[in-house]
Amino acid sequence: MKQKKGLPNQVQSPDKTTGDNGASGQGGQSRPLRVINFVGRRYIWYAISLLLVVPGLISFFLNGLNLGIDFTGGNLMQVSFSQSVESEQVRAVLAKADLAKTPVVQTTTSGEFLIRTEELSEEQSDALITALTGELGQMEILRNEKVGAIIGGELARKAILAMSIASVLILLYITLRFEFRFGLAAIVSLLHDALVVIGVFSLFQIEVDSSFVAALLTILGYSINDTIVIFDRIRENRKNYPRLEMVEMVNRSITQTLTRSINTVLTVVFVLVALHFFGGETTKVFTLAMLIGVVSGCYSSIFNASPLWVDFMRMGKNKFRKLNAFARS
Amino acid sequence: MQRWNITQLVGIVVLVLIATAVAYKPILNNLNLGLDLRGGLHVVLQAVDTPDAPVTADSVQAALGIVRNRIDQLGVKEPVVQTEGNDRIVVELAGVQDPQEAVRIIGKTAILEFRGPGGQTELYGSELQDAQAAISPSDGKPEVHIKFKPKGTQVFADMTTRYNQQQIAVYLDNQVLMAPVVREPITTGEAVISGSYNTLQEAESDAILLRSGSLPVKLEIVEKRTVGPMLGSDSLQKSLQAGYLGLAFIFLFMLGFYRFPGLVANFTLILYGLLVMGVLALLHATITLPGIAGILLSVGMAVDANIIIFERMKEELRSGKTLMAGIDAGFSRAFWTIFDANLTTLIGAGVLLYFGTGPIKGFAVTLSIGILASMFTAITFTRYLLRLIARSRVVTDRKWYGV
Repeated sequence: MKQKKGLPNQVQSPDKTTGDNGASGQGGQSRPLRVINFVGRRYIWYAISLLLVVPGLISFFLNGLNLGIDFTGGNLMQVSFSQSVESEQVRAVLAKADLAKTPVVQTTTSGEFLIRTEELSEEQSDALITALTGELGQMEILRNEKVGAIIGGELARKAILAMSIASVLILLYITLRFEFRFGLAAIVSLLHDALVVIGVFSLFQIEVDSSFVAALLTILGYSINDTIVIFDRIRENRKNYPRLEMVEMVNRSITQTLTRSINTVLTVVFVLVALHFFGGETTKVFTLAMLIGVVSGCYSSIFNASPLWVDFMRMGKNKFRKLNAFARS
Repeated sequence: MQRWNITQLVGIVVLVLIATAVAYKPILNNLNLGLDLRGGLHVVLQAVDTPDAPVTADSVQAALGIVRNRIDQLGVKEPVVQTEGNDRIVVELAGVQDPQEAVRIIGKTAILEFRGPGGQTELYGSELQDAQAAISPSDGKPEVHIKFKPKGTQVFADMTTRYNQQQIAVYLDNQVLMAPVVREPITTGEAVISGSYNTLQEAESDAILLRSGSLPVKLEIVEKRTVGPMLGSDSLQKSLQAGYLGLAFIFLFMLGFYRFPGLVANFTLILYGLLVMGVLALLHATITLPGIAGILLSVGMAVDANIIIFERMKEELRSGKTLMAGIDAGFSRAFWTIFDANLTTLIGAGVLLYFGTGPIKGFAVTLSIGILASMFTAITFTRYLLRLIARSRVVTDRKWYGV
């Protein structure tokens, strides 16, 4: 991925290279940079993004998310029996308890169950435990969680607030260090990543808990990181080669940083895959959301953010031209 | 000159390895495992308004005193008991063998009783109107003034008449809070408990407990998370295994893709790990499951900083620069990229830190420390090492730099 020799030549004769995304004017001893035309095919990338986002969005409006007790309030108990117990037996015991809603019983591994119920008082929770051990024998309580409805409501509110504040701060920072249109493009691609993750979780009705919120915010951080690295290169190339045509310059910048974009995501994906498949039960939601988000973040950084910036720049220019024309007439 | 550089290089490598070997144990000893990794409980109690006992700052403080008192009886090491907002009390206990039982003890209603010498309950704390600590004007010693409500005044008068010159006892949650001797029948409903306090603070803490017995602000469990010790150790073992696997992948990948600089990066990762864990140990941080995830993800960031630098270096080398010039140009150009990229990620982590509670906060803390440490090691240590290597001309073939 060499550049320094080729570029100045091109700057001297920009007409030759404009619109040509090939290895133009490379020369020199090293292998030429094969600039990939990311921007030219941007409508394909946008379409793929919409294809990823829209079904999830429809599902989100129709079915919403499968909210866990962290959001809705309720009790969750994970128990493990030392003797063999079937989920039917557990259900039968729970059915005798005087509960408004039928508890949901789920087997995690053999002899281990997740029991979800409505919000229980301490007495009710103790009574359930006594009934289970009384009828089915010795069991270990691995987890016993209760979230009150007030706390659950707060979580959803705080999550939305946190996402909004993070987005505004990021926009502010990028505007300060780069310019507003970079920030706008970055935020749109962040929104894309958040929607992809939320969409997948809605489509497959995977239960979300408070770690889902943490995952969304972390994805925000990672995706913006990827985007900034590319924007940073655009900023640098724009300064060093001011006469280079915008599309060509952006394509070049994305291509130059492509290896880094892919390698970095790969290292994060290694860790996440290991955590997801070999880590504990309680972090699975987090790692799954992160995996989807990080891959989506990589895609949107490469295929959406910079092309969007090009579009925003053109929009700005058109407006400027129209204004000028208006002033002259 | 070259020999000196090689000596320096070998010295650095040996130094870091020795430091790791030496610091490894003390660092691990200084880290606390969170309740999700060794069993324990997290309980949020909400003070609820009742007609008798409205929620006030005073009543919440009093309730906090009661809860703390109960937890002290459990004998748990380093319990966290604190107020959250105006009307909530958060309790976090790690390493509890039977978290179910602990919840029962914490969540029960406080009962303050006045018992006669025979142990029979004569009067309940709900009949107490007020209790205040004061310094006795006569002998300058701390004492507690108590005042009963009208009905309580009658019962107390009757009680002190019957047990004149005998020892009665005040029980809180079935524990003796104090055992004063009745000196004379008290018919006014106002009494002074004195003689057993050395400091005003001691008297104050008893007064709070007495008041809280008389003003039992209702506490409701609004959030409870208990983790059995078995699940805790299972989570710890599994996530450590997953972590090692992920790290092994990263090491191999860096070595395979970036060759010699990859080796350097892997070596700086050791120092990076030492730095992150060291800071966490200095802060006496509690490591939770999300915390481990945060550390592992920040390793990704540390690798990324190195990747940005190496990619840049490769570009510079390909454009025909010498090794040293390529390294310098690579670093100076990569610096602002890394700075801007990591700062925006820090913004996200910062928001998490501000809004998150409990486990999410733990994640945000380790992620933030990790990002800062990765910026530091990549910019200082990786650079120093690569320059040293270039100067000592150990590896000069550009092929080994991935060019």
